[in-house]
Amino acid sequence: MVITKNGVLKIVDKIVEVIKENKEYLTQLDAAIGDADHGINLDRGFDAVKQKLTTLPETTDIGTILKTIGMTLVSTVGGASGPLYGTAFMRAGQVVQGKNELSEEDIVKIFEAALDGIKQRGKAEAGDKTMIDSIEPAYKALKDSLENNIALPEALNRAANAAKEGMEYTKNISARKGRASYLGERSIGHLDPGATSAYLMIKSFSDVVNLS
Amino acid sequence: MVGIVLVSHSRKIVEGIYELASQMTGGKVPIGIAGGTQDGRLGTDATEIMEEIKKVDEGEGVVVLVDIGSAVMSAQMAIELLGEEYEGKVKIADAPLVEGAIAASVEASIGSDFDKVLLVAEEAKKLNKL
Repeated sequence: MVITKNGVLKIVDKIVEVIKENKEYLTQLDAAIGDADHGINLDRGFDAVKQKLTTLPETTDIGTILKTIGMTLVSTVGGASGPLYGTAFMRAGQVVQGKNELSEEDIVKIFEAALDGIKQRGKAEAGDKTMIDSIEPAYKALKDSLENNIALPEALNRAANAAKEGMEYTKNISARKGRASYLGERSIGHLDPGATSAYLMIKSFSDVVNLS
Repeated sequence: MVGIVLVSHSRKIVEGIYELASQMTGGKVPIGIAGGTQDGRLGTDATEIMEEIKKVDEGEGVVVLVDIGSAVMSAQMAIELLGEEYEGKVKIADAPLVEGAIAASVEASIGSDFDKVLLVAEEAKKLNKL
Protein backbone atom coordinates (compact mmCIF):
# COMPACT_ATOMS: atom_id res chain seq x y z
CA MET A 1 0.00 0.00 0.00
CA VAL A 2 1.19 3.52 -0.77
CA ILE A 3 0.12 6.88 0.61
CA THR A 4 -0.48 9.49 -2.05
CA LYS A 5 0.20 13.18 -1.74
CA ASN A 6 -3.48 13.74 -1.25
CA GLY A 7 -3.38 11.17 1.53
CA VAL A 8 -0.55 13.07 3.22
CA LEU A 9 -2.57 16.29 3.03
CA LYS A 10 -5.56 14.50 4.57
CA ILE A 11 -3.38 13.30 7.44
CA VAL A 12 -2.11 16.84 8.00
CA ASP A 13 -5.69 18.17 7.99
CA LYS A 14 -6.61 15.57 10.58
CA ILE A 15 -3.64 16.54 12.77
CA VAL A 16 -4.64 20.22 12.55
CA GLU A 17 -8.20 19.31 13.54
CA VAL A 18 -7.21 16.98 16.42
CA ILE A 19 -4.71 19.47 17.87
CA LYS A 20 -7.42 22.14 17.78
CA GLU A 21 -9.91 19.81 19.52
CA ASN A 22 -7.35 19.00 22.21
CA LYS A 23 -5.92 22.48 22.62
CA GLU A 24 -7.40 22.99 26.09
CA TYR A 25 -6.59 19.46 27.20
CA LEU A 26 -2.93 19.74 26.21
CA THR A 27 -2.68 23.13 27.88
CA GLN A 28 -4.17 21.69 31.09
CA LEU A 29 -1.61 18.89 31.07
CA ASP A 30 1.11 21.46 30.61
CA ALA A 31 -0.31 23.62 33.40
CA ALA A 32 0.39 20.75 35.82
CA ILE A 33 4.10 20.33 35.03
CA GLY A 34 5.14 22.97 32.50
CA ASP A 35 4.28 26.51 31.51
CA ALA A 36 0.69 25.92 30.41
CA ASP A 37 1.07 26.77 26.76
CA HIS A 38 1.58 23.49 24.89
CA GLY A 39 -1.92 23.25 23.40
CA ILE A 40 -2.14 26.95 22.59
CA ASN A 41 1.33 26.96 21.02
CA LEU A 42 0.75 23.88 18.89
CA ASP A 43 -2.67 25.05 17.76
CA ARG A 44 -1.21 28.37 16.59
CA GLY A 45 1.53 26.49 14.78
CA PHE A 46 -0.80 24.08 13.01
CA ASP A 47 -3.20 26.89 12.11
CA ALA A 48 -0.26 28.56 10.40
CA VAL A 49 0.59 25.24 8.71
CA LYS A 50 -2.94 25.02 7.34
CA GLN A 51 -2.68 28.53 5.90
CA LYS A 52 0.79 27.96 4.51
CA LEU A 53 -0.14 24.74 2.72
CA THR A 54 -2.85 26.50 0.74
CA THR A 55 -0.14 28.71 -0.79
CA LEU A 56 1.95 25.80 -2.15
CA PRO A 57 1.67 25.01 -5.87
CA GLU A 58 -0.26 21.84 -6.84
CA THR A 59 2.94 20.20 -8.05
CA THR A 60 4.71 20.39 -4.66
CA ASP A 61 6.17 17.02 -3.68
CA ILE A 62 5.65 15.32 -0.32
CA GLY A 63 9.20 16.08 0.86
CA THR A 64 8.69 19.80 0.29
CA ILE A 65 5.28 19.68 1.97
CA LEU A 66 6.80 18.09 5.09
CA LYS A 67 9.72 20.53 5.14
CA THR A 68 7.32 23.46 4.78
CA ILE A 69 5.32 22.16 7.74
CA GLY A 70 8.55 21.95 9.75
CA MET A 71 9.67 25.48 8.93
CA THR A 72 6.22 26.85 9.69
CA LEU A 73 6.17 25.17 13.10
CA VAL A 74 9.66 26.45 13.87
CA SER A 75 8.65 30.03 13.15
CA THR A 76 5.21 30.08 14.78
CA VAL A 77 4.97 27.74 17.78
CA GLY A 78 7.15 29.67 20.22
CA GLY A 79 7.80 26.97 22.83
CA ALA A 80 10.15 24.00 22.79
CA SER A 81 7.70 21.98 20.72
CA GLY A 82 8.41 24.37 17.80
CA PRO A 83 12.03 23.35 17.20
CA LEU A 84 11.26 19.75 18.22
CA TYR A 85 8.29 19.07 15.93
CA GLY A 86 9.80 21.45 13.38
CA THR A 87 12.96 19.36 13.22
CA ALA A 88 10.89 16.16 13.06
CA PHE A 89 8.91 17.32 10.01
CA MET A 90 11.96 18.83 8.30
CA ARG A 91 14.00 15.65 8.73
CA ALA A 92 11.04 13.55 7.57
CA GLY A 93 10.79 15.76 4.49
CA GLN A 94 14.47 15.28 3.70
CA VAL A 95 14.17 11.49 3.44
CA VAL A 96 11.28 11.63 0.95
CA GLN A 97 12.46 14.58 -1.10
CA GLY A 98 10.92 14.67 -4.59
CA LYS A 99 8.40 11.89 -3.92
CA ASN A 100 4.74 12.11 -4.82
CA GLU A 101 3.72 8.97 -3.01
CA LEU A 102 5.07 7.11 -0.01
CA SER A 103 5.85 3.41 0.08
CA GLU A 104 5.70 1.48 3.34
CA GLU A 105 9.48 1.71 3.47
CA ASP A 106 9.25 5.50 3.11
CA ILE A 107 6.82 5.67 6.01
CA VAL A 108 9.24 3.76 8.26
CA LYS A 109 12.00 6.13 7.12
CA ILE A 110 9.88 9.17 7.92
CA PHE A 111 9.22 7.93 11.45
CA GLU A 112 12.88 7.12 11.96
CA ALA A 113 14.08 10.49 10.69
CA ALA A 114 11.52 12.34 12.81
CA LEU A 115 12.46 10.38 15.93
CA ASP A 116 16.20 10.86 15.38
CA GLY A 117 15.68 14.58 14.77
CA ILE A 118 13.73 15.02 18.00
CA LYS A 119 16.28 13.06 20.01
CA GLN A 120 19.10 15.11 18.61
CA ARG A 121 17.37 18.46 19.05
CA GLY A 122 16.12 17.80 22.56
CA LYS A 123 19.10 15.70 23.68
CA ALA A 124 16.61 13.29 25.23
CA GLU A 125 16.08 9.55 25.31
CA ALA A 126 13.18 7.24 26.05
CA GLY A 127 12.30 7.40 29.75
CA ASP A 128 12.93 11.14 30.11
CA LYS A 129 9.16 11.83 30.08
CA THR A 130 9.03 13.53 26.69
CA MET A 131 7.39 13.05 23.29
CA ILE A 132 10.05 10.39 22.61
CA ASP A 133 8.24 8.07 25.01
CA SER A 134 5.34 7.80 22.60
CA ILE A 135 7.18 8.19 19.28
CA GLU A 136 9.90 5.59 19.83
CA PRO A 137 7.55 2.68 20.67
CA ALA A 138 5.32 3.72 17.77
CA TYR A 139 8.25 3.64 15.38
CA LYS A 140 9.33 0.22 16.65
CA ALA A 141 5.80 -1.20 16.41
CA LEU A 142 5.41 0.13 12.88
CA LYS A 143 8.75 -1.23 11.72
CA ASP A 144 8.23 -4.65 13.33
CA SER A 145 4.71 -4.98 11.96
CA LEU A 146 5.72 -4.11 8.40
CA GLU A 147 8.72 -6.45 8.58
CA ASN A 148 6.28 -9.20 9.56
CA ASN A 149 4.13 -8.47 6.52
CA ILE A 150 1.30 -6.91 8.44
CA ALA A 151 -0.69 -4.54 6.22
CA LEU A 152 -0.01 -0.81 6.63
CA PRO A 153 -3.38 0.17 8.18
CA GLU A 154 -2.98 -2.46 10.90
CA ALA A 155 0.72 -1.62 11.32
CA LEU A 156 -0.21 2.02 11.90
CA ASN A 157 -2.95 0.95 14.25
CA ARG A 158 -0.36 -0.96 16.29
CA ALA A 159 1.95 2.05 16.16
CA ALA A 160 -0.82 4.26 17.54
CA ASN A 161 -1.52 1.75 20.32
CA ALA A 162 2.18 1.62 21.18
CA ALA A 163 2.27 5.43 21.24
CA LYS A 164 -0.71 5.42 23.60
CA GLU A 165 0.98 2.98 25.97
CA GLY A 166 4.15 5.05 25.83
CA MET A 167 2.17 8.19 26.58
CA GLU A 168 0.47 6.52 29.55
CA TYR A 169 3.85 5.35 30.83
CA THR A 170 4.97 8.99 31.12
CA LYS A 171 2.49 9.31 33.97
CA ASN A 172 4.60 6.96 36.11
CA ILE A 173 8.01 8.53 35.62
CA SER A 174 9.65 11.78 36.61
CA ALA A 175 10.75 14.35 34.08
CA ARG A 176 14.40 14.84 33.21
CA LYS A 177 13.97 17.42 30.44
CA GLY A 178 12.38 20.80 30.08
CA ARG A 179 10.47 22.86 32.60
CA ALA A 180 8.93 19.76 34.18
CA SER A 181 12.40 18.56 35.23
CA TYR A 182 12.48 21.38 37.81
CA LEU A 183 9.63 19.55 39.54
CA GLY A 184 11.53 16.25 39.67
CA GLU A 185 9.55 13.60 41.54
CA ARG A 186 6.55 15.90 41.75
CA SER A 187 6.07 15.43 38.01
CA ILE A 188 5.10 11.79 38.67
CA GLY A 189 1.36 11.26 38.30
CA HIS A 190 1.04 13.65 35.37
CA LEU A 191 0.98 12.77 31.70
CA ASP A 192 3.64 14.45 29.63
CA PRO A 193 1.99 16.98 27.28
CA GLY A 194 4.53 16.35 24.50
CA ALA A 195 4.04 12.59 24.64
CA THR A 196 0.31 13.26 24.49
CA SER A 197 0.43 15.55 21.46
CA ALA A 198 2.77 13.10 19.71
CA TYR A 199 0.29 10.27 20.38
CA LEU A 200 -2.54 12.41 19.00
CA MET A 201 -0.59 13.01 15.79
CA ILE A 202 0.30 9.33 15.33
CA LYS A 203 -3.31 8.36 16.05
CA SER A 204 -4.47 10.88 13.42
CA PHE A 205 -2.08 9.32 10.91
CA SER A 206 -3.44 5.84 11.70
CA ASP A 207 -7.09 6.94 11.68
CA VAL A 208 -6.87 8.55 8.24
CA VAL A 209 -5.15 5.52 6.72
CA ASN A 210 -7.59 3.13 8.39
CA LEU A 211 -10.60 5.08 7.14
CA SER A 212 -9.46 5.41 3.54
CA MET B 1 33.45 43.71 14.77
CA VAL B 2 31.97 40.61 16.41
CA GLY B 3 28.18 40.69 16.43
CA ILE B 4 25.91 39.79 19.33
CA VAL B 5 22.38 38.37 19.22
CA LEU B 6 20.19 38.35 22.31
CA VAL B 7 17.44 35.75 22.58
CA SER B 8 14.68 35.64 25.16
CA HIS B 9 11.13 34.38 25.44
CA SER B 10 10.16 37.95 26.18
CA ARG B 11 10.57 40.80 23.71
CA LYS B 12 10.73 43.24 26.61
CA ILE B 13 13.67 41.43 28.19
CA VAL B 14 15.84 41.63 25.07
CA GLU B 15 14.78 45.20 24.37
CA GLY B 16 15.88 46.17 27.87
CA ILE B 17 19.21 44.39 27.65
CA TYR B 18 19.76 45.88 24.20
CA GLU B 19 19.21 49.33 25.64
CA LEU B 20 21.65 48.69 28.46
CA ALA B 21 24.35 47.09 26.31
CA SER B 22 24.09 49.75 23.59
CA GLN B 23 24.49 52.52 26.13
CA MET B 24 27.57 50.87 27.62
CA THR B 25 29.21 50.45 24.22
CA GLY B 26 28.15 53.75 22.69
CA GLY B 27 26.11 51.88 20.09
CA LYS B 28 29.29 50.66 18.37
CA VAL B 29 28.55 46.95 18.49
CA PRO B 30 26.03 45.36 16.14
CA ILE B 31 23.49 43.81 18.51
CA GLY B 32 20.46 41.90 17.26
CA ILE B 33 17.46 40.96 19.35
CA ALA B 34 15.03 38.09 18.98
CA GLY B 35 12.25 37.77 21.52
CA GLY B 36 8.65 36.61 21.68
CA THR B 37 6.60 35.20 18.83
CA GLN B 38 5.45 37.04 15.73
CA ASP B 39 1.96 37.31 17.18
CA GLY B 40 3.22 38.85 20.41
CA ARG B 41 3.20 35.88 22.77
CA LEU B 42 6.08 34.72 24.94
CA GLY B 43 8.30 32.33 23.03
CA THR B 44 11.26 31.99 20.71
CA ASP B 45 11.39 31.79 16.94
CA ALA B 46 14.36 30.12 15.23
CA THR B 47 13.76 31.96 11.96
CA GLU B 48 13.84 35.33 13.73
CA ILE B 49 17.10 34.38 15.46
CA MET B 50 18.54 33.35 12.10
CA GLU B 51 17.61 36.70 10.52
CA GLU B 52 19.14 38.63 13.41
CA ILE B 53 22.38 36.65 13.14
CA LYS B 54 22.59 37.52 9.43
CA LYS B 55 21.84 41.15 10.21
CA VAL B 56 24.65 41.64 12.74
CA ASP B 57 27.24 39.50 10.97
CA GLU B 58 30.14 41.62 9.77
CA GLY B 59 32.28 38.63 8.92
CA GLU B 60 34.01 38.27 12.29
CA GLY B 61 31.49 35.96 13.90
CA VAL B 62 28.38 36.25 16.03
CA VAL B 63 27.93 35.32 19.69
CA VAL B 64 24.39 34.35 20.66
CA LEU B 65 23.11 34.77 24.21
CA VAL B 66 19.95 33.01 25.32
CA ASP B 67 17.67 32.82 28.34
CA ILE B 68 16.18 29.40 29.10
CA GLY B 69 14.54 26.28 27.69
CA SER B 70 13.38 26.58 24.12
CA ALA B 71 15.64 29.60 23.54
CA VAL B 72 18.58 27.18 23.49
CA MET B 73 16.91 24.81 21.05
CA SER B 74 15.66 27.60 18.81
CA ALA B 75 19.13 29.18 18.69
CA GLN B 76 20.71 25.81 17.84
CA MET B 77 18.14 25.36 15.12
CA ALA B 78 18.81 28.87 13.77
CA ILE B 79 22.53 28.11 13.50
CA GLU B 80 21.74 24.86 11.68
CA LEU B 81 19.40 26.70 9.29
CA LEU B 82 22.17 29.15 8.42
CA GLY B 83 24.12 26.30 6.87
CA GLU B 84 27.78 25.64 6.19
CA GLU B 85 28.62 29.22 5.33
CA TYR B 86 28.29 30.14 9.01
CA GLU B 87 29.82 27.00 10.47
CA GLY B 88 32.10 27.78 13.41
CA LYS B 89 31.37 31.50 13.07
CA VAL B 90 28.25 31.53 15.22
CA LYS B 91 28.14 30.10 18.73
CA ILE B 92 25.81 30.12 21.68
CA ALA B 93 27.53 31.36 24.82
CA ASP B 94 26.97 29.18 27.88
CA ALA B 95 26.34 32.29 29.92
CA PRO B 96 23.68 34.17 31.85
CA LEU B 97 21.79 36.42 29.45
CA VAL B 98 22.13 39.85 31.08
CA GLU B 99 25.66 39.57 32.46
CA GLY B 100 26.86 37.70 29.40
CA ALA B 101 25.38 40.26 27.04
CA ILE B 102 27.03 43.18 28.81
CA ALA B 103 30.41 41.42 29.05
CA ALA B 104 30.30 40.28 25.42
CA SER B 105 29.26 43.62 23.98
CA VAL B 106 31.87 45.56 25.94
CA GLU B 107 34.52 43.06 24.81
CA ALA B 108 33.35 43.29 21.21
CA SER B 109 33.37 47.09 21.37
CA ILE B 110 37.13 47.12 22.04
CA GLY B 111 37.68 45.08 18.91
CA SER B 112 38.36 41.65 20.42
CA ASP B 113 38.02 38.60 18.22
CA PHE B 114 35.24 35.99 18.22
CA ASP B 115 36.91 33.50 20.58
CA LYS B 116 37.72 36.21 23.10
CA VAL B 117 34.20 37.65 23.06
CA LEU B 118 32.74 34.18 23.53
CA LEU B 119 35.14 33.41 26.38
CA VAL B 120 34.42 36.67 28.20
CA ALA B 121 30.66 36.08 27.83
CA GLU B 122 31.01 32.62 29.36
CA GLU B 123 33.19 33.89 32.18
CA ALA B 124 30.32 36.15 33.18
CA LYS B 125 28.66 33.18 34.85
CA LYS B 126 31.42 33.13 37.46
CA LEU B 127 30.89 36.76 38.34
CA ASN B 128 30.37 37.37 42.06
CA LYS B 129 27.91 40.09 42.88
CA LEU B 130 28.58 40.33 46.59
